[in-house]
Amino acid sequence: MIEVVNVTKRFGPILAVDRISFHVPRGEVVGFLGPNGAGKSTTMRILACFFPPTSGRASVGGYDVVSQALEVKRLVGYFPERVSVYPDMSVRSFLDFVAEAKDVPRAARKQDIDRVMESCGLHAVRDRLIGHLSKGYRQRVGIAQALIGTPQVLILDEPTIGLDPEQVVEIRKLIRALGAERTIILSTHILSEVSSVCDRVIIINRGRILASESLADLRAQVQRTRRVRVEVEGPESQLQTVLAQLPGVIRVRGDGVSDLRREATENGSVAAVIEYEGGDIRKAVSQAVLRHGWGLLEVRSLEPTLEDMYLQLIRDAETQRHTGQ
Amino acid sequence: MFCIFKKELRLYFGSFIAYSLAAAFLLLAGYFFYTDMVFYDLFGDFMDITTSLWNYYFLDLRFISMLILPLLTMRLFAEEKKLGTIELLWTYPLKDLHIILGKFLACFVFFLLVVLCTLVYPVLLHSVHPFDWGPPFAGYLGLLLVGATFIACGAFFSSLTENQVVSAMSTYGVLVFFWFLTWNEEAVGPQLIGVVSRFSLFDRFGDFAKGVINSKDVAFFILATTFFLALTLQSLESRKWRGIR
Repeated sequence: MIEVVNVTKRFGPILAVDRISFHVPRGEVVGFLGPNGAGKSTTMRILACFFPPTSGRASVGGYDVVSQALEVKRLVGYFPERVSVYPDMSVRSFLDFVAEAKDVPRAARKQDIDRVMESCGLHAVRDRLIGHLSKGYRQRVGIAQALIGTPQVLILDEPTIGLDPEQVVEIRKLIRALGAERTIILSTHILSEVSSVCDRVIIINRGRILASESLADLRAQVQRTRRVRVEVEGPESQLQTVLAQLPGVIRVRGDGVSDLRREATENGSVAAVIEYEGGDIRKAVSQAVLRHGWGLLEVRSLEPTLEDMYLQLIRDAETQRHTGQ
Repeated sequence: MFCIFKKELRLYFGSFIAYSLAAAFLLLAGYFFYTDMVFYDLFGDFMDITTSLWNYYFLDLRFISMLILPLLTMRLFAEEKKLGTIELLWTYPLKDLHIILGKFLACFVFFLLVVLCTLVYPVLLHSVHPFDWGPPFAGYLGLLLVGATFIACGAFFSSLTENQVVSAMSTYGVLVFFWFLTWNEEAVGPQLIGVVSRFSLFDRFGDFAKGVINSKDVAFFILATTFFLALTLQSLESRKWRGIR
């Protein structure tokens, strides 16, 4: 549905997007992740035909974003990063204008607007001026305008920023529901959003794609070292030495903080995180603890969180960049 | 195009600025009609109504239009840029040309409605003092033509900036420059004045005020309006080749 090949965008001397390529099949929900200024919004704006790429080719639904921009715009619902709405218009008249601008047939207009207001929870404020609405509601109006005309592709630039937790849950639910039949690209800073909504994640840093994989694949790629959390009733200093001597262990650290401080938990037990390579170490850990006659309260293997993976990828890219120079 | 036109008109009629500008326009127009009437009352015995009333009245209306229209056009694109709503317009299936024409027409229709309100003065005069409708008709036609040019010029400057004050001031700059252009013949020189005055938006209006519809002048204003609208289109489309965020 979306095809991006070698796209570059320059703003004068600034290289915002650097030869990126990716492909999004119909019906997939893709999360764009990356630090500020990574090129997420620029890529999304290119796909929404806001401006053309400096070089490279991008197409939506088979239509080129430069030469067939009008056709692309008919397919795409776009929610810009900067929530922009007309403060002097009422919600209803604004959506009416959007429906007309998007060529929704006159007969279907009212129904379409009602449907969108329903799904964005705007019925209660439909006759209020947008300028008088709270930020959360204005955000919803922004999302509503993207949904008008049932576009097949949705490009949402940070759709949940500035919403209260309840609204965030609602909007995510909405996006998930929409994702069942539509292709969606959404950018976000909130990593849990990606894991709860997206099928696939594209991580961008400094205008380049670092990873473009499903969450499971990404996990496998980043997970070079594995981790086990163990909770023991016993002497702290001895535990440290015993665990460190097990085969494959890289280091033993406290739970929660990165330095080697041990942490006493509430019930007087000691929690530690073991980083190791190779096969599953859990059996060896439990045997070692029991051999010393300590109480074993927990042995649990830790899955890397999206945060870990994300930071790891960005760090790796930065290291590569520095060694490369 | 029609949806932009409707939206703009809705915004004009929903905003206080438009009403206050219309009120100022009508107040000034009423004042000038009154003073011009006084003049006509004093000298009407020696001069005909066209030279002693309509000529002054329409020159005054043109002056008010020059004052008011840049304030009406300054928001056309600058406001959308400031609010960021231009990002929406550019990602809806609308052509740039249609956006421009929709905005231009909405502004023009608003101007037309305000100008129609001033018809009340001549109609009142006609009821007590019948006259030939030809010359004021020419005057009104010229006023609408020169107004269209002012609006197109204002739309162009509005498309260059996101600051409405900058937009209005640069429009004033150009309009006042065209106005002053032919004031000082000595400064320009006798040969050059012939060329320059052809481009003056204000000299071109002179004939209309005297009740003369000259097809050359009509063509000039239509051309000038098209010229400024074409510049606006270029300015909007520049985002496609300029590296702007």
